[in-house]
Amino acid sequence: MLISYNWLKEYVNVEISPSELADKITKSGIEVEMVESLNKGISGVVVGYVQECIQHPNADKLRVCKVDVGQGEVSQIVCGAPNVAQGQKVAVAVPGAVLPGNFKIKKAKLRGEESHGMICSLQELGVDTKLVPKEYSTGIFVMPSDAEPGSDALEYLNLNDHVLELGLTPNRADCLNVIGVAYEVAAILEQEVKLPNLTIATIEEKAEDFISVHIDSLEDNPYYGAMIIRDVKIGPSPLWMQNRLMASGIRPINNIVDITNYVLLEYGQPLHAFDYNRLGSKEIVVRRANEGEHILTLDDQDRTLKNTHLVITNGKDPIAVAGVMGGATSEVQNDTTNVLLEAAYFASQRVRAASKDLGLRSEASSRYEKGIDRNRVYAAAMRAAGLMAELAGGKVARGIVEAGKREVNTYSVKMDVSRMNGLLGTEISPEQTGAIFDRLGFSYKEAEGQFEVVVPSRRPDITIEADLIEEVGRIYGYDRIPTTYLLSEARPGGLTKNQSQRRDIRAYLEGAGLYQAVTYALTTPAKSTHFSFSGEKVYPIAVAHPMSEERSTLRMSLLPQLLEVLQYNRNRSMEDIAIYEMGSVFINRQEKLTELPEEYAFVSGAVTGVFNEHLWQGERKTVDFYVLKGILEGLMSELNLSERITYEAGEIENMHPGRTAIVKLDGISVGFVGQLHPALQKELNLKDTYVFELNVTNLLEKETDQMVYQTLPRYPSITRDIALVVDQELPAGDLTTVIQAAGGELLKEVNLFDLYEGEKMEEGKKSLAFSLKYFDPERTLTDEEVVTAHNRVLKSLEERFGAQLRK
Amino acid sequence: MKDRLEALKVEAIGQIKESQELKDLQAVKVAYLGKKGPITEVLKGMGKLSAEERPVIGAYANEVRDSIQQEIDKKQTELENAAILEKLAKETIDVSLPGRPVKQGNAHPLTAVVTEIEDLFLSMGFTIAEGPEVETDYYNFEALNLPKGHPARDMQDSFFITEDLLLRTQTSPVQARTMEKHEGQGPVKIISPGKVYRRDNDDATHSHQFMQIEGLVVDQNVRLSDLKGVLETFAKKMFGDDRKIRLRPSFFPFTEPSVEMDISCFKCSGKGCSICKQTGWIEILGAGMVHPNVLEMAGFDSKKYTGFAFGMGPERIAMLKYGIDDIRHFYANDIRFLKQFKNA
Ligand SMILES: [Zn+2]
Repeated sequence: MLISYNWLKEYVNVEISPSELADKITKSGIEVEMVESLNKGISGVVVGYVQECIQHPNADKLRVCKVDVGQGEVSQIVCGAPNVAQGQKVAVAVPGAVLPGNFKIKKAKLRGEESHGMICSLQELGVDTKLVPKEYSTGIFVMPSDAEPGSDALEYLNLNDHVLELGLTPNRADCLNVIGVAYEVAAILEQEVKLPNLTIATIEEKAEDFISVHIDSLEDNPYYGAMIIRDVKIGPSPLWMQNRLMASGIRPINNIVDITNYVLLEYGQPLHAFDYNRLGSKEIVVRRANEGEHILTLDDQDRTLKNTHLVITNGKDPIAVAGVMGGATSEVQNDTTNVLLEAAYFASQRVRAASKDLGLRSEASSRYEKGIDRNRVYAAAMRAAGLMAELAGGKVARGIVEAGKREVNTYSVKMDVSRMNGLLGTEISPEQTGAIFDRLGFSYKEAEGQFEVVVPSRRPDITIEADLIEEVGRIYGYDRIPTTYLLSEARPGGLTKNQSQRRDIRAYLEGAGLYQAVTYALTTPAKSTHFSFSGEKVYPIAVAHPMSEERSTLRMSLLPQLLEVLQYNRNRSMEDIAIYEMGSVFINRQEKLTELPEEYAFVSGAVTGVFNEHLWQGERKTVDFYVLKGILEGLMSELNLSERITYEAGEIENMHPGRTAIVKLDGISVGFVGQLHPALQKELNLKDTYVFELNVTNLLEKETDQMVYQTLPRYPSITRDIALVVDQELPAGDLTTVIQAAGGELLKEVNLFDLYEGEKMEEGKKSLAFSLKYFDPERTLTDEEVVTAHNRVLKSLEERFGAQLRK
Repeated sequence: MKDRLEALKVEAIGQIKESQELKDLQAVKVAYLGKKGPITEVLKGMGKLSAEERPVIGAYANEVRDSIQQEIDKKQTELENAAILEKLAKETIDVSLPGRPVKQGNAHPLTAVVTEIEDLFLSMGFTIAEGPEVETDYYNFEALNLPKGHPARDMQDSFFITEDLLLRTQTSPVQARTMEKHEGQGPVKIISPGKVYRRDNDDATHSHQFMQIEGLVVDQNVRLSDLKGVLETFAKKMFGDDRKIRLRPSFFPFTEPSVEMDISCFKCSGKGCSICKQTGWIEILGAGMVHPNVLEMAGFDSKKYTGFAFGMGPERIAMLKYGIDDIRHFYANDIRFLKQFKNA
């Protein structure tokens, strides 16, 4: 909402500067987003009288004018505007003047003719072209004939004004008009509001002799008032009114339309003026539009209506879309003499429906949508009719033809001062409270700190005690509220075990060399299903109205987005990347989603290119499967899960079928690790890329044993190394499992330390060497015990896998 | 004989001094002090001496032997030290060469900011509450005093999935869920960080996905002045001890009264600069006293309990703190961007 500082001062006494005022308004609850000076650095522009205007001898498009610029001084000015003419009062930038953009005016010679200054258009004075009245949009602006030559033109044009731009929250629709803001400012500055005088002279004839009004549904249209103003003369509205409209962002059209817009800005009440003679009947009927009904609106567009829209009709055809836009047939035109003025209260849902469907948002429709003051409709009608009489020579027919109820009853809200102080942490007395309600213009009864406040109809946002508490608090001043600390007993905060484990996982992965990424949860429908390891049938979850296909479907894996990150970086020549992300994925097992989908915290990593390097030592090792597996093994150890985790060869969509392991916790899949499928790598233009993905929710859900300290070994351990020859495809992990089982209590460590698959081996065989460490923390082992255990291991290996000791 | 010994001594010491290596020295030792050495030879001839001379010469011979031994020891230490020095000299490396890099990643700047804020509130006795990112209309809107058709719903254009399910537009549904779990019993003292979603076109200042951290305290006798205290502590810890805060009245459907908090500009300390748009103040978060309807809907008696809530955007805080000018940087994950936050 744009509020003219000068206009505002008409209703409330303001003795502080626009910026001081803006500061106070902001502190009391309505954010002033900007204070704009309409004088954009202009000086030296005066009113001039064009005494003479002749064709330039050397240029078709120029004219040479003799202009009286005051105090008997007549200057010759060359002017290119097509509409300049003798007898006009115009704005003249005299030599030495400065125009917006620090444009300095100097004496000049134009095609051989002296020019002492410049006759200005409104645009040249900094007014936005779309606000300049159409007749002056391509030429100079002509001022009223009573303007005094030599006087400050900016005063006439109200360009010494400031405009406050208010950022209004939805609850403060009451400030969508100048009077509403005046109430707010009056409360802040402890001033009175001065309202316009609404007494108007009327003629003998009654409005009801000209028109009747019928409303189909009072729910859609609780009130409709029609007034008749006869014998108006259409012409421009006075300059002061045009100036105020322009300052508020509205282009002047003609006196009648300007008045409806002016009162809209002043009272917040949308009004519409119909050409009475072009109504096509003597009745107004407000009804729902028929499905598919047409109307030609003011902007000459043919509109198709729906039955959720409300229309004003002449009993037969629509002549306006209620609260949104008038029809072209009944539009006020230059020859209009009799006006029907509509002042109505339309239900906001009706206006919203039509405004949304027709794509028409106007000053009027947005006010109806946000809610207007029901009890101000009549006053606004009176105000507009009075102005039509005053400024357009109209004669107002007696009375207003109405349907529905003109006003609604106000209500009151109770407030307890001690509860207020309890909520705010203040010690505001009942007297101070009452004084603040006085400033707000709220009437009330009070007894022993119990207030009963009558809420003015302009403030429907106030419905409960807390609303009144806020009103008192904000006018009292939030900067005067003390700073205190919570009285409640101190209790320790802290992370849950799950939360702190998730932090541990992040810290571990970062320590392992991975950078954390944060990506979008929405992806393409195709990518949303990639890398799924959830087993059963899952259904993608799509949002109903995505902004783009690219961000339309919720992810079931973090990897597609991490791969996008790798691509993004690769496109910027960053080819060695190690990243991870921890975030939610969404699994839906219902064909039609009716309840919340399953949501899991996942952690995933992607590593591509060189992982370890020490250049001058010639070390440059690209990532491989075992780098990532090592990272996971360390992570599982960090989470105290090592002994319950297994890695089994398996297949996952889009992963290398021979280089992928399913990670299982207690035999149940919780993720995977491996290389991207080479086909996908190629498609994404990535080098060899290894990834992992873990379901953290499932991983952390299982109880882990409390960590217990193990006695440090006081007795020596005995180590035995064995080299085994086994079938080439036998997984080393199977051997380890069997060794551990067969070794029994005394076998404390098994480490694979060599793998040989070279030519010295028999075809289809490989050699694996393990180091086995036996000890007992309580005593020294005897050779015999170790031999027994070790033989058991060898025997099991031979029985299970035919493993032979390598000779 | 004495002269002979004296001559041997001089000769031996001379050879010791000339020894360049340990093996030369060893040779000298064997030559002079060995069982077949000249001193032994001399001593063997002692039988020819008189009883008076014998002890004198014997003593002298030992003296010579000792002093040769001493010289040898001395020389040996000398040579050993020289050998060590030589070896060390050979082992010298170029310490200016780069070291072996230790792999070390770091947290994303948003996580860094969120963690810092979490830790701050944890230290004030808050716990962290979490909830689903796909929410029901009820928890995302209705339980927060935003019934269907409420104009303020337009403030947040939402990604609906079905008529009833949507991507949460705020983390406030976690507050509603947490209060409900408390079954009308205070105190509640939580913060809820997380991702939220709104139908916005991504540009330098908008993102369809972003983070929020909200806080909620519900108890008996919770006051607006307490909110001021908590927020002031937060502002000072996050942005520096000399920050001032300012509360401005505002509007949120789930709080009444509602406020916005500004902090005095940390760049210009209030004089006015481009960061604070010449106002000296920077808007940091929205807050307020929990709306009685929200309390009641969650099962709290609003006559007995009051509370405050606040919410802030980690992106905005990170952008302010680190001078980042485009919100899209957070989600592009350019590795050169991520690597800058090692110490964040
Ligand atoms: Zn600043």
